[in-house]
Amino acid sequence: MGKCFKQFFNGLIKENPTFVLMLGMCPTLAVTSSASNGLGMGLTTTAVLALSNLFISLIRKIIPDKVRIPAFIVVVATFVTIVQMLLQAYLPSLNESLGLYIPLIVVNCIILGRAEAFAYTNGPVISLFDGLGMGLGFTLGLTSIGIVRELIGAGTFFGNQIMPDAYEPAAIFTLAPGAFFVLALLTALQNIFKAKSATNVPGAKVACGGNCAACMDGACVENREEIARINGIKEAEAVAAKAEAARKAAEAKKAAEAKKAEEEAEKQLDVKAETAEAAAEKFEAKAEAVDAAAEKFDKKAEAAETVAEKFESGEKKED
Amino acid sequence: MKELILILIGSALVNNVVLSQFLGLCPFLGVSKKTKTAASMGAAVIFVIMIASAVTYAVHYMILVPLHMEYMQTIVFILVIAALVQMIEMMLKKVSPAIYSALGVYLPLITTNCAVLGVAITNIQDGSTFAESMMNSLGTSVGFLIAIVIMAGIRERLEGNDIPKPFQGMPIVLITAGLMAIAFCGFSGII
Repeated sequence: MGKCFKQFFNGLIKENPTFVLMLGMCPTLAVTSSASNGLGMGLTTTAVLALSNLFISLIRKIIPDKVRIPAFIVVVATFVTIVQMLLQAYLPSLNESLGLYIPLIVVNCIILGRAEAFAYTNGPVISLFDGLGMGLGFTLGLTSIGIVRELIGAGTFFGNQIMPDAYEPAAIFTLAPGAFFVLALLTALQNIFKAKSATNVPGAKVACGGNCAACMDGACVENREEIARINGIKEAEAVAAKAEAARKAAEAKKAAEAKKAEEEAEKQLDVKAETAEAAAEKFEAKAEAVDAAAEKFDKKAEAAETVAEKFESGEKKED
Repeated sequence: MKELILILIGSALVNNVVLSQFLGLCPFLGVSKKTKTAASMGAAVIFVIMIASAVTYAVHYMILVPLHMEYMQTIVFILVIAALVQMIEMMLKKVSPAIYSALGVYLPLITTNCAVLGVAITNIQDGSTFAESMMNSLGTSVGFLIAIVIMAGIRERLEGNDIPKPFQGMPIVLITAGLMAIAFCGFSGII
């Protein structure tokens, strides 16, 4: 379960499709003229994405590898059609304002991208959570861009006037050029803060970032390879750095061990020297004792001599 | 005849597919670095959109409508377009290697281009006649060609310019597109 939530938040925040992966730019620019449109488009896409992820994951073992893209397209198109019919029946106003962009969810990079990159290789439950996370992340992105555009361009928030009457709305922000400007500022901010984003991959040749897995653009493919190459180099560098660090650590450890051993040896040597000294002292003491004994012996010998002399002189007297 | 010309101008300039409908943004941003490749991409898009909208129009009115299966539109159209692009690619390879070598690389990328599906669906939604929808398709694809070639021209000029660091790459391209969109807003008065 924890894994599922992790995947959910991965889509919602860490790999947010709008702000980080920069996928599905067509609807992002087209329907964010107001916050409620952005929210509606986001939720519609979420429904399609979650359902198609779940379904593709369920049938992933029976889809032949060679025809998987057409199979994904059929599944996605089916769910888009269902969602479109539901919208026509229950939310005709939203259907009207989103119009052409509802059937165009089929070609949204995020959906095919997630099918290819996640649902096709993972189990159904986690794929469903991935779809929900990515979809709600997309909703978050569209709604916040919509809020900004609506606030500047019309002075309203979800249709409610909140700016003071004196505020002159910059209507261009709700029109087509405003969409480009808002996205330009967003990507510029990402560049300033060096935020993780598909648009500021260093060395990437294509302006769109080329990270969308389903975009079959030749330039995109080339760019994806370039990004993969750069990432590969980075990874290799990281591995090399790790190896180097490990080597250094090992060396340091070795050096420390050697030092320790040396110290120990020195200590042992010291101890030995001390014992040797002690032994020498003992030896000296013994030698002294021997000397003393020898002296004693000498004295005794002398005493004996004097006794002998006395004895001799006594004999002489007797003579 | 006047009607048809109005449709052509309307879809090419007034409701430009990229700058006011935001369809086909990926190739517009991705393949617009050099004027030459941009022109080839534009030509390939004209080629595919014309054939795809003719075929989808026929499929809709000759198969889906008699069978009362209009709700299958999205599924059928995307599959028809995908299959068609593959077929065009194979046929061009055999029949006309010259055109293939000029446009071939760009054909597979157009399958997922939302402009193609967008035009096909718009033609049906508007209930236009065959001539009108062909004019609309021509106008849309020519509009794409115009937009991507202008964009590539501007980007070539931008290469040597001193752009503030945060705006390098994607942001300046988007700002350029925004300014182009403002310029294209000026066409809205002509019809």
